[in-house]
Amino acid sequence: MTYESEFTHENLLRELTPQVLGAVTRRFGDFGAAEDAVQEALLAAALQWPKEGLPENPRGWLIQVAARRITDHLRSENARRRRETIAADYSIGSIFGTVGSAAENEPDDTLVLLFMCCHPSLTASSAVALTLRAVGGLTTAEIARAFLVPESTMAQRISRAKQTIKTSGVPFSMPTRDERAERLITVLHVLYLIFNEGYTSSFGKSLQRMELSNEAIRLGRALRQLLPDEAEVAGLLALMLLTDARRPARSGSDGELIPLDKQDRALWDQGAIKEGVALITATLSKGSIGPYQLQAAIAAVHDEATTSDETDWPQILALYGLLKRMSDNPMVALNHAIAAGMVHGPRTGLDLLKKLDEDERLAGHYRIAAVRAHLLERAGDLDAAVEHYRAAAERTTSIPERDYLLTQAARLSRTRFRGP
Amino acid sequence: MKFMLMMNAPSGNGDWGISKWSPEDLKAHIGFMKTFTGGLAASGELVGAEGLAMPAQAKLVRAGKDRRPITDGVFPESKEFLAGYWIVDVDTPERAYQIAAEASAAPGKAGVPLNMPIEVREVMSAPPVEV
Repeated sequence: MTYESEFTHENLLRELTPQVLGAVTRRFGDFGAAEDAVQEALLAAALQWPKEGLPENPRGWLIQVAARRITDHLRSENARRRRETIAADYSIGSIFGTVGSAAENEPDDTLVLLFMCCHPSLTASSAVALTLRAVGGLTTAEIARAFLVPESTMAQRISRAKQTIKTSGVPFSMPTRDERAERLITVLHVLYLIFNEGYTSSFGKSLQRMELSNEAIRLGRALRQLLPDEAEVAGLLALMLLTDARRPARSGSDGELIPLDKQDRALWDQGAIKEGVALITATLSKGSIGPYQLQAAIAAVHDEATTSDETDWPQILALYGLLKRMSDNPMVALNHAIAAGMVHGPRTGLDLLKKLDEDERLAGHYRIAAVRAHLLERAGDLDAAVEHYRAAAERTTSIPERDYLLTQAARLSRTRFRGP
Repeated sequence: MKFMLMMNAPSGNGDWGISKWSPEDLKAHIGFMKTFTGGLAASGELVGAEGLAMPAQAKLVRAGKDRRPITDGVFPESKEFLAGYWIVDVDTPERAYQIAAEASAAPGKAGVPLNMPIEVREVMSAPPVEV
């Protein structure tokens, strides 16, 4: 068995997971049981295929093995019930009757599965875990490692999520037209959460964590293939590509945080930038603009600037203006203030921040202190800048960010001490 | 987001006077803690939990000039001590506070809730996505 063949098998298996799971759930109607059976089939494939070669129809092979496991399971369950109750009215025949009758090719299955895993009755963390396992085809151990929790914790989370779906009684089918738009928002949110978790967790070179952001991008590509006309799907994929492109430049050799304006842009992934820019440009020209598209457009403006000074801030300001009208998120308003500060000078930015001080959702958030510190520094009020850098450092929950903010405060204090 | 929930018990050797509780009260208290932690494991929120030995044998350690440990202690007079902790992984701070409140209400003497102070601290993480 070569490394290469093992690697291709793994990719293929992950590609096939949602299709197989979709097909088996569709036939048996029991998502939880189907999920367990598919996991067993995947394990069998991982053991057999490298030794015996790829079957002619890998997808059919997996569906067949999973279906056999599930009928075996139902049969033993049935026998148990027969022993326990005389009036066992469970008929294996009726289940066998449906096996093989459904069309092998159900292209929508992956999509139905994604809608199911991102069900509104699940908490965000449960939806994330279930999506990674059922649609992404990752093992529970891999997901647990990525989120730095014990495997048993993640297993419980996934099992509870399956139970919630079962008790909520959602059928394995596409949401109705009325529901669909709202459900798609949840799906996109879950994919973006996965991306963010990966993007932040892969910070620094010492962290050996599975690349969740790559997984989110892979799922985003799959979703785009299934829903090519949904502009926000394309927007999210572009946003992830354009953000991920900057990842190599985000941390220094000692794992320290490097802000956007100080990054070595030669390290940015030009392939991802090219793809993201092309995608968002094509999508924006079609109309029906949404928040993911706007964020992608902003990321594109940053990524297209060869140096920090060449950044087209007026355009970024205009885009944040649009985004602000579309969403009530105080973080958007905060970023709008940064952009305004870049275009119209730090005093304008500081005036906008004053209004944000009244927003309870941002009260005491380190970001507002950090932004204020930057603006005060640019305005030449160094004492106040030091004070706000320190306040921000005290409030952040991120170690590299805290170190960055403390370093800024220390740098300014020294400037003050030595004089201009 | 992960939080550490630290259960603080007051007074040096006080340990809630736990050694003077009736066997029934003690059993109820231990049973509560087992069920409580078991519930967190079952909901997929528990990252870790430990109970710490009583502070009677606690030592403060510093490195000396030769880097060998210099120990100090015992501290019978300290007002509060860490009795144990949980680390949970939850979606919101509010959920962490809710869990802490449940732990705080662990039964004490005659089943009366102890309402112990539980210090809730967020565990540091990687920096967020920049925009």
